[in-house]
Amino acid sequence: MLEIQNIFKTFNVGTVNEKVALAGLSLKLEEGDFVTVIGGNGAGKSTMLNAVAGVWPVDEGKILIDGIDVTKLSEHQRAKYISRVFQDPMTGTAATMQIEENLALAARRGQRRGLSWGITNKERAVYREKLALLGLGLEDRLTNKVALLSGGQRQAVTLLMATLRKPKLLLLDEHTAALDPKTAHKVLQLTEQFVQQDHLTALMVTHNMKDAIRYGNRLIMMSAGKIIYDVKGEEKQNLQVKDLLAKFELASGDEFANDRMLLS
Amino acid sequence: MAELFMKLAALPGALPGACAQGLIWGIMAIGVYITYRILDVADLTVDGSFGTGGAVCIMMLLSGQNVWVALLAALLAGLLTGLCTGLLHTFMGIPAILAGILTQLSLYSINLKIMGKANQAINVDKYDLLISLRWVKKAMLGNPLIMVSILLVVVVGALYWFFGTEMGSSLRATGSNPQMSRAQGINTSFMTVLGLMVSNGLVAFSGALLAQYQGFADVSMGRGAIVIGLAAVIIGEAVFSRLFHNFALRLLAVAFGSIIYYVVLQLVITLGLDANLLKLLSAVVVAIFLAVPYWKGRYFAKPVRRAQVKGGKADA
Repeated sequence: MLEIQNIFKTFNVGTVNEKVALAGLSLKLEEGDFVTVIGGNGAGKSTMLNAVAGVWPVDEGKILIDGIDVTKLSEHQRAKYISRVFQDPMTGTAATMQIEENLALAARRGQRRGLSWGITNKERAVYREKLALLGLGLEDRLTNKVALLSGGQRQAVTLLMATLRKPKLLLLDEHTAALDPKTAHKVLQLTEQFVQQDHLTALMVTHNMKDAIRYGNRLIMMSAGKIIYDVKGEEKQNLQVKDLLAKFELASGDEFANDRMLLS
Repeated sequence: MAELFMKLAALPGALPGACAQGLIWGIMAIGVYITYRILDVADLTVDGSFGTGGAVCIMMLLSGQNVWVALLAALLAGLLTGLCTGLLHTFMGIPAILAGILTQLSLYSINLKIMGKANQAINVDKYDLLISLRWVKKAMLGNPLIMVSILLVVVVGALYWFFGTEMGSSLRATGSNPQMSRAQGINTSFMTVLGLMVSNGLVAFSGALLAQYQGFADVSMGRGAIVIGLAAVIIGEAVFSRLFHNFALRLLAVAFGSIIYYVVLQLVITLGLDANLLKLLSAVVVAIFLAVPYWKGRYFAKPVRRAQVKGGKADA
C-alpha cells in the first residue's frame, strides 16, 4: 500500500538551525494496516506524515502509494490518494464556509473540479445522514459556518471529510492533541469506527501511549528521524506503557523523559 | 445659511451623475471584493488595470470596432493583467502586494503605449457608445443609470453562478484556508491566479464603461481605484451586512456601497470642499473604517464574565 524507501529530509541546511528531521526512513504498510506512531518531540513523526503528504519535497528516497511513485507529485496531486486530519482543528476545515460546503469540497478530493454545481441536493441528503452518525447534532446545521463549531466538532467533521471519498491512505497527525480528554476519546472512537467500516489504511501519530497501544493493529516508535521499534498483531495487543518506555530507552540509549508522554 | 441652501439646491441636479459613477465604479468594487474578501489578497493591480480597460476600449472604438467588441477586448486585457500579477505571485514567489504594485507600475507604460499619449478623447456624436454622461437624465437605454444597472445585474448573476460551481467553491476555499484546500486536492496556485484574473477582468470592464461615460480614457484614470474599491466594500458591508446574507446580495451591497460613496462625495463637493482634497479624504475614511474592527477588539472588548468562561469550556 504505502512504501517509504530510505527518505531523508534536512531543514535549514547550512545554518546554525540545521536539523536532520528524517534520516533514511523506510516503512512499508500493508493494505488495511492501522498504524500508530509514537516518539519524542523532534523524532520526525509529523515530518514523516508531511513527507508522505507532499507538503515539501524530500531530499532523497522514494514514496510509493499502491505501487505509484508519488515522490515528485505536489501536495494537491497526492490528495487523490491521501486524506488528512491535522493537529490544529482550525487547519482541516474552511471556517468561513458552510458545513455542507466543506463536505462537498472533500467529496471531490482529487477529482477534476469543473463548472457543475459545487453541491447538489442529493449530496445534502447523504451529508445529513452521515453527520447524524457523528452523534453531535450537526445534521440540522448543514448551512452553519464551520467557524461556529467547537474544536471537537471541527475535528469530527474533518474526519468525516477525510473519509467521504475513500482514501488509499489516511494520515492523522495528533488529531486529538488539542482536544479535552472526553472529546479526544470521542474523536478517537469515531476514527476507529471509520477505519474499520471502510477498511482504511491509516497512519496515526499520537502522544498518548495508551491510545497508541489501544488503537490499530501495528505500532511504530520513532527517534532521530528513523523507526526504532515496529510491532504488530498479538505482540502489540499485549504491550504495556512500561514496555514502550523500556524499549525506547534500550533502542535510543536516551532517557525517555517527556512529561507529556509519561502523564498521558 | 442661505448660501448653504443655495449650494444644496444644486445637489439634486448632480445626483444622477453621482449615482451613475457609483454604479460604474461599483462593478470595479466587486472586482476588489473578489480579491480582498474572497481570495484574501490585497491586489493593487487594479489601479493599473482600470486604466487598461479604458484605454483598450477607447482605442478599439476609435479604430471603428463595435462597442461590445471593445468592451470584450477591455475585459480580456483585464484578465491578462490579472494573469501577470498571478504569475508574479505564484510562479515567481513575489508577495501578492508587491506583485500587484509591479504590474500596476508596468501598466502605466503599457497604457501609455496603448493610447499613444496620456489622454484619448472620443466624441459621443461620432461614435456609437453604449453610455454617456450626456444621457444621464434621458429616458433611453443609453442612460448610464439604466444600462449599467442591467450590466451590474448580469455581472452579479454570472458571479453568483460561478462561485456556486465546483471551481468557484474551490476558489472560495483557497481564500478561506489554503492548507485545507491543498489537502482536498485543490491547486491553490491556479485558483489564486484565476481569482486575480476574474477580478481584474471586471475592473478593466468597469474602466471601459467609465471611459465611455466621461468620453475619454486617461492614463491616470485608475489612480486610487483600490481605495475607492475598498471604501465601497467597507461601506457596503457596514450598511447592509445585517440585511444581506445571500452571496448575490452581498455583491450588490458592494455596488450600493460604491453609489453611497459617490453620493457622499458629490455632497461634500457641492458644499464647497476643495476637490484637490478628495483623495486625502477618501484615504482617511478608508483608514478609519479599516481600523474600526481592530479597535473594537482591542479597546472596546467587553470584559468576559465568569459564567461565560464556564459555558465556553463545557461547550468545547
